[in-house]
Amino acid sequence: MSAVVSPIREPLITGSKTYHDITEDICRPTETAPGLMWTIAMAVSVAGLACFAFSVFWTVYFGIGTWNLNRTIGWGWDITNFVWWIGIGHAGTLISAILLLFRQKWRTGVNRAAEAMTIFAVICAGQFPLIHMGRIWLAFFIFPYPNTRGPLWVNFNSPLLWDVFAISTYFTVSILFWYTGLVPDFATLRDRSTGMRRKIYNFLSFGWTGSAKHWQRFESLSLILAGLATPLVLSVHTIVSFDFATSVIPGWHTTIFPPYFVAGAIFSGFAMVLTLMLIARKVLHLEDYITIEHVESMNKVILLTGSIVGTAYLTELFISWYSGYIYEQFAFFNRALGPYWWSYFGMMACNVLSPQIFWFKKYRRSIFVTFFMSIFINIGMWFERFVIIATTLARDYIPSSWSYYVPTWVEIGIFVGSIGLFFVLFLLFTRVAPVVAIAEVKSILKSSGDQYRGKNAMPHHSHHDDDHGHH
Amino acid sequence: MFHSKFNIQSFKIEIEMSQNKEILFGLYDDETYLMDAIRIANKEHLEIDDVYTPFPVHGLDHLLNLEESRLHIAGFVYGAMGTLTAFLFMSWVFTRDWPIIFGGKPYWSVPAFIPITFELTVLFCAIGMVVSYYTVNGLGPGVTIPTLHDRITDDKFCIAFQTNGASASDIGNLKEFLSKTGASLIDSKVI
Repeated sequence: MSAVVSPIREPLITGSKTYHDITEDICRPTETAPGLMWTIAMAVSVAGLACFAFSVFWTVYFGIGTWNLNRTIGWGWDITNFVWWIGIGHAGTLISAILLLFRQKWRTGVNRAAEAMTIFAVICAGQFPLIHMGRIWLAFFIFPYPNTRGPLWVNFNSPLLWDVFAISTYFTVSILFWYTGLVPDFATLRDRSTGMRRKIYNFLSFGWTGSAKHWQRFESLSLILAGLATPLVLSVHTIVSFDFATSVIPGWHTTIFPPYFVAGAIFSGFAMVLTLMLIARKVLHLEDYITIEHVESMNKVILLTGSIVGTAYLTELFISWYSGYIYEQFAFFNRALGPYWWSYFGMMACNVLSPQIFWFKKYRRSIFVTFFMSIFINIGMWFERFVIIATTLARDYIPSSWSYYVPTWVEIGIFVGSIGLFFVLFLLFTRVAPVVAIAEVKSILKSSGDQYRGKNAMPHHSHHDDDHGHH
Repeated sequence: MFHSKFNIQSFKIEIEMSQNKEILFGLYDDETYLMDAIRIANKEHLEIDDVYTPFPVHGLDHLLNLEESRLHIAGFVYGAMGTLTAFLFMSWVFTRDWPIIFGGKPYWSVPAFIPITFELTVLFCAIGMVVSYYTVNGLGPGVTIPTLHDRITDDKFCIAFQTNGASASDIGNLKEFLSKTGASLIDSKVI
């Protein structure tokens, strides 16, 4: 990121920090005992995780019949939750990869936590395809391995299998990208500690020294991984949308799904990042690194992607009428006025109407409004997937096959429990690893720290203009 | 600059090229002082062993005449391997090994193979590049490289000279260079 920063940009690091301040502030949560808030949050999350474990055990032991899946409604909360979690994960990759390619310096305040969120969200998402198989002990069947049954191969033409490859690749690449950035930060933690702690961070930091050649390769690798991760994130959710789009059911069989799903994923992902960051910055005292500028930038992305999602909804409605195809027309009539009308209006209100509040700068920069909005959007996006899956399956081609779906306690337990799983992982992460990317924030200090830019900037000597040039 | 030890039992390789390197180093408080110092070192034709910084400093690669990294070439090769593996394997399975008619589509349904081909390209490229990156850097789980000073990963910038077999006047020269360019700490260490 050697581009010159415009003088009208607001600072991204406040508090007149030095490099040492940055190290101290960000390492502190990993070096001090957890406070009351963390402990309570962890206790609640562990309870959620226990609920998850119990509900999954119940499902595997007694079978998928313990979910209310019945004829024509083959997918209920299971795939709704799968798509919801995967969508949430996409924001992390977008922040790290796509914003790196667009040279947006503000990504450095939130990318580490967002990438961690992606990995944990993908872990949660991956549970659902596994447990919805029924015979989870045969889960390895989905991989094409040489076997004695022919060999019997998997169906490479099926989007369900494309999902297997897409999610596995996405998970692997996300972990690699995240860990690559963590290595120098673990070295920072290593050099500040002693004894067993130092040994552990030494192992985790792979022997990092900060040599100039290593940094050069680091930047090259980060750029290429970002370039890879960008089409990857677009393709993964496109492939998830193909689970529906390649079917023949009205309301599912539509070419708008790939861009609609991707925009929706980014939309819900940013909302979850905001939910996490607004709490984390307060509890971990990182307000100087995750500033209102960061929050406003993320709200702008939410406004954009929310509007794309809203446009997609309206397009679907228009096309269903314009097509003249009675089944397609009915599918949307049913969504708005059928037995699940309440979920449709919830979705519309949360996803289309509520983000429009971010046209107003005052609300974009309000922590209070942003936090509530982020919760609404997460709920709204859950309803979007529910609307797509349950309402469509409840009323497809043949009226004699129409049915109604209500989740059982087992499915509710799995969903609520998956949120517990996610927060257990995230809370552990905040205690052992730096929540903000230390080295990356240091690299933008001279261009975006508030003593160099913005209202409080000190007049700079020519010395400090060296941060962008080759000489 | 390879001074790490790999304990790869199967290969019995011990890369110990610079055992007992004597290093004279200086720590600077800011990257601008570091860059100025390196320019002066280049002018005086002093041979810098390595430079250590807490974050990547722009312009440093150019000043140190570091060769551009060729990771992207390796990445391309790995990615191409992924593409071929995926595409050829699926093609073989569905045309030669066990052709099945799915939804009335031809056996060799290339459009259906695209998603998995793309994913495997990205997967092979990412894994290959990351493994190559750690290998050429000499880093990895369990690798321990002695560092010169704990503040280098915090807020200090370091220029290191190798002084094995150097005369006292040479060392004095280097120390003078370090202090006149504004090093806040000058020290020596054997690593």
